[in-house]
Amino acid sequence: MHFFLENIWVIPLAPLIGFLINGLGCFLRLPYVKSRKFVHFVACTAIFVAFVFAVGVFFDLLGMDPAHRSFTKTLYPWISIGSLEANVAFLADPLSAVMMLIITGVGFLIHVYSIGYMHEDPGFARFFTYLNLFCFAMLLLVMGDNIFMLFIGWEGVGLCSYLLIGFWYEHKPNAVAGMKAFIVNRIGDFAFLIGLFLLFWFLYQQGHPTVAFSGIQENVHLLEGAKVGGISLLALVGILLFIGATGKSAQIPLYVWLPDAMAGPTPVSALIHAATMVTAGIYMIGRLNFVYSLAPEALVVVATVGALTALFAATIGFAQNDIKKVLAYSTVSQLGYMFLGMGTGAYTAGIFHLMTHAFFKACLFLGSGSVILGMHHEQDMRRMGGLKKYMPVTYMTFLLATIAIAGIFPFAGFFSKDEILWKTFESGGHQYWYYVLWGMGVLGAMGTAFYMFRAVAMTFFGKLGERAHEIAPNEVEEDEHGPHQHEHHTPHESPKSMTFALVVLAILSVVGGLVGIPYALGHFFHIPNFFEEWLAPVFAGAHGEGHGAHHDVPVIEYMLMVFSVAIALATSALAVYIYTKRKDLPARFVTRFPRLHRLVHEKYYVDEIYQVLVVNNLLRINQLLALFDQKVVDGFVNFAGTVVRFSSKVAGFTDNRWVDGFVNLVGNSISFAGASLRKAQTGLVQNYLYIAVAGVIALMIWRLL
Amino acid sequence: MDKLPLLTIITFAPILGMIAISLIPKEKKNAIRWSALLATLPSLLGAVKIFMDFDRTTKAMQFIEGPLNWIPSFNIQYHLGIDGISVTMVILTALISTICIIASWNIEKQLKGYFILFLLLETGMMGTFVAIDFFLFFIFWELMLLPMYFLIGIWGGPRREYAAIKFFLYTMAGSVLILLVMLALYFYSDGHTFNMIALQDQSLHQGPLSSHTFRMALWWGLFIGFAIKVPVFPFHTWLPDAHVEAPTAISVILAGVLLKMGTYGFLRFNYQILPDITVDMIQVIAVLGVINIIYGALCAMAQTDFKKLIAYSSVSHMGFVLLGMASFTSEGLNGAVLQMFNHGTITAQLFLIVGIIYDRAHHRDINGFGGLATTMPRYAVWTTLAFFAAIGLPGLSGFISEVLIFLGSFKTWPWLTTIAVSSVVLTAGYMLWTLQRVYLGKTQEKYKDFPDITRREAFCLLPLAVIVIILGVWPRPILSMMEVSLNALNQSLVPYGAHVASGLGF
Repeated sequence: MHFFLENIWVIPLAPLIGFLINGLGCFLRLPYVKSRKFVHFVACTAIFVAFVFAVGVFFDLLGMDPAHRSFTKTLYPWISIGSLEANVAFLADPLSAVMMLIITGVGFLIHVYSIGYMHEDPGFARFFTYLNLFCFAMLLLVMGDNIFMLFIGWEGVGLCSYLLIGFWYEHKPNAVAGMKAFIVNRIGDFAFLIGLFLLFWFLYQQGHPTVAFSGIQENVHLLEGAKVGGISLLALVGILLFIGATGKSAQIPLYVWLPDAMAGPTPVSALIHAATMVTAGIYMIGRLNFVYSLAPEALVVVATVGALTALFAATIGFAQNDIKKVLAYSTVSQLGYMFLGMGTGAYTAGIFHLMTHAFFKACLFLGSGSVILGMHHEQDMRRMGGLKKYMPVTYMTFLLATIAIAGIFPFAGFFSKDEILWKTFESGGHQYWYYVLWGMGVLGAMGTAFYMFRAVAMTFFGKLGERAHEIAPNEVEEDEHGPHQHEHHTPHESPKSMTFALVVLAILSVVGGLVGIPYALGHFFHIPNFFEEWLAPVFAGAHGEGHGAHHDVPVIEYMLMVFSVAIALATSALAVYIYTKRKDLPARFVTRFPRLHRLVHEKYYVDEIYQVLVVNNLLRINQLLALFDQKVVDGFVNFAGTVVRFSSKVAGFTDNRWVDGFVNLVGNSISFAGASLRKAQTGLVQNYLYIAVAGVIALMIWRLL
Repeated sequence: MDKLPLLTIITFAPILGMIAISLIPKEKKNAIRWSALLATLPSLLGAVKIFMDFDRTTKAMQFIEGPLNWIPSFNIQYHLGIDGISVTMVILTALISTICIIASWNIEKQLKGYFILFLLLETGMMGTFVAIDFFLFFIFWELMLLPMYFLIGIWGGPRREYAAIKFFLYTMAGSVLILLVMLALYFYSDGHTFNMIALQDQSLHQGPLSSHTFRMALWWGLFIGFAIKVPVFPFHTWLPDAHVEAPTAISVILAGVLLKMGTYGFLRFNYQILPDITVDMIQVIAVLGVINIIYGALCAMAQTDFKKLIAYSSVSHMGFVLLGMASFTSEGLNGAVLQMFNHGTITAQLFLIVGIIYDRAHHRDINGFGGLATTMPRYAVWTTLAFFAAIGLPGLSGFISEVLIFLGSFKTWPWLTTIAVSSVVLTAGYMLWTLQRVYLGKTQEKYKDFPDITRREAFCLLPLAVIVIILGVWPRPILSMMEVSLNALNQSLVPYGAHVASGLGF
């Protein structure tokens, strides 16, 4: 009946097959991987098939009654031991459908883009192998019907992220960046696992041990009021799971890996480190919204960390010159907005921003990739400028996506970001703290508009290389491949496979927001908020959601809307003005406030602080323990050997007549001990062995007789 | 007996091979190698048959042979059998032994003696897991010690004598304790038996055996005896030395099979024969487990010798087994025995991997390598797979056992488990740091011409890697073998106060 729902397993399977074909081909050096056409055909087809099935699933769900749009396909029981039952099962509901569409849709575009971007790379086949594997893992993450399935995907995407950040592993910093990403994520996973265990055992205590989302949803209310050491259990679980999310989704304090992750090829930055993987934490909260809705304390933490990150990362974006670094901090900041939305209980708004962000940030990253390729592997914006002339398509798409991220009406970012800010402001009515968070969000939004238009101005406006003199001679230039020698080339537009993806994503950045027009605007034209209606069954019962009939739109909502568009426009214009007309201003600012600039430019020295406080101390402890192991624990063993050896010598001196039989054996073995651990009297050991073997043989003969 | 004596075959087939090899002139090296391989095949095929025929619905001993009276005057019997606790270890032993014969193909020094000792070792290991009679168990336990001593002491590295003697004496010290406990159980039990199943019957524990203090002494004797083998902190220092000096295949055996005998001994003797004391002392096991996990991981991170690093990672990973055993939950206990199996397959790969690079570079200094992924890409793929299995990546077998252990023990020991779970960060730390230093980065000039992994080397890794992947996505075949026995074992502890049915440990 529902063909696509019944065959939903095809969605993750297709990229898995793509991975196996290209992966085994690479590993066994089969002839077909020499053909780039074959490799990218396999990889792109795999993800395209997944996309087609994801669309099919969407329409199958659409055809169902909205209240019952949920379908679980169980393949087989994975782990079932004791009270733990985790199946390999896929869940199709409005939320996972949205995620599947984003992953396969944007994923497909980025696969196509990569054909052009990676064209000259010797690791072409390896790249597509990893990319397919990533899509597989990411789909498991969003499709799993239980937390364990989510966790396989969660770690699986971590593995792919590791492999792809270190894709050009011959350059050491890339390899280190990959390692850093995985380890920092594991810190989050540590908390995530503890949260999971707590939730599981408390549900067990209530008689419903389950890891399936549906089971948790049904029984989580039983845990209301449960306490652990005086803290609300659900709040603790929510916060622990959220710490896991701060790792994967790059929030304070675990965001530090994401900027370094830009060492990977640019399509990877777009797909994994902007559009999909890093949103896993937001998805997780959306999926477990029923837990969070019962834990307001956890929501406040989520919202606060989100708002702080949104503002903090935006400020770092002001002082970066590497185009990918700007986008990386921008991603951190935008993820903060999504968490702010989730933490406000406005889950729909958070997921909505997740989707629009996937469009415009993927477009921006791919655009930056196009620029980097067009500039012959140059990432420093100070060497760019005036690219508008050389790369018109890249320029237009980049500009549209920038307008979208800045939140200017009616582009996609406006609708989603404004929804989040409005919901935050609205929550301020219940809890004043949310007004503060709203203020941080607005400041962050201004920052976003500023640094993004700064990037546009530095890259596309003005003249090529007009800022090159700002680069200090001692600055080491590095691109993805390592230290970089600057050569003069004329920039050029990228091939069609790349611009195709850019154009599609730019269009989505422009119109993508129209699926979620807020009631405040939509009711004039009788346009419903499709997105909210679509996700309503998933988030039903969540507070702050589904205000029922929105009849009265408070005037303040319109005022805030106008206000946020106005400030976005104003700061955008300011950025363009400063970076095109008053190029002296930034330099004057730097000379006026050298310390502040340095602090921001060096990302507030967070990496350095972590290095000194955590990494160095850990390494010191390791060294100490290893020494302790060698000198004290093992030293004691050796000392015992020496003591026994000495005493056996004394014993041997006083009693040189040995008793026969068993006593002989015991005496002998003491004297091996005496033989010391360093100087072996091998003869004695052999004696013993002869006796032992002879004994065994004698016993065997005895048995036979 | 009308049935095929399967356990006798898998245990003693290597002895036949040993005799055959002793008749081959030592110049015919290939004949010796092939005979050795042939001699392990009956055990491997037997293990496959056991895997297929094992009755997964009972906790009782299966494939029983005997009891035949061996030394009737002491009531010592030839009595073999396996249940859910030992069956996976038997399969693991057969598998690892065969792989190690192949991995030993390039041994040149005194080849004949090497394989003779190796096959004797296999018989000892196999016998340890299938014996039901305590005395028989002890014979096999000791039997395994001798070839191990020589294999390290003759074919080992520069400090082989020190390492071999240390291993030997340390294990001997443990054996003495086990021997004493065995004799005490024999003499004081009603009916004077060595039968390990009969000894589980607490009503046989008469006289001094019913005294708590005496039982406590026996428990500690067994515990220390087996703890040395695991090895449990602070009895672990023989392990890094033995590993570093042992030839590759022997390290694989050591980590893959021998260490499990310690934890197997806990379950078979401490848990089943002295359950009341086990419940009293469970905190000790849990705490030592956590110390092993964290201490092992931290020490591993400080190592610069690749093999020593893997040795310490074994200390850490065997700690998981202890923690799972101490959980008193079905999840934890099953996780622990699964971890014994998984650690066997994963660590075997890690030691093989170290061996491969040592054969080429003749050193193991982690900081002396770099960029091997460029010169040996396939080797790097194998390594990455094995490393991530050791890290516990979901989808690979290590994850299943790790998460079962953590989940199970969290119920009983929430704080200890929280400390232990931090190892997910530490393990990733030392594993990936090693991966980065050895395989990534710029290729060094002197390693440019290293040949990639050979067919033989890959052939050793292949079955292990396949098992790791299959059990990661479909752990049922192995879990189902142990589940019934372990759940029964877990239940059997309840009367002694294991808080299985009670609430959380908060």
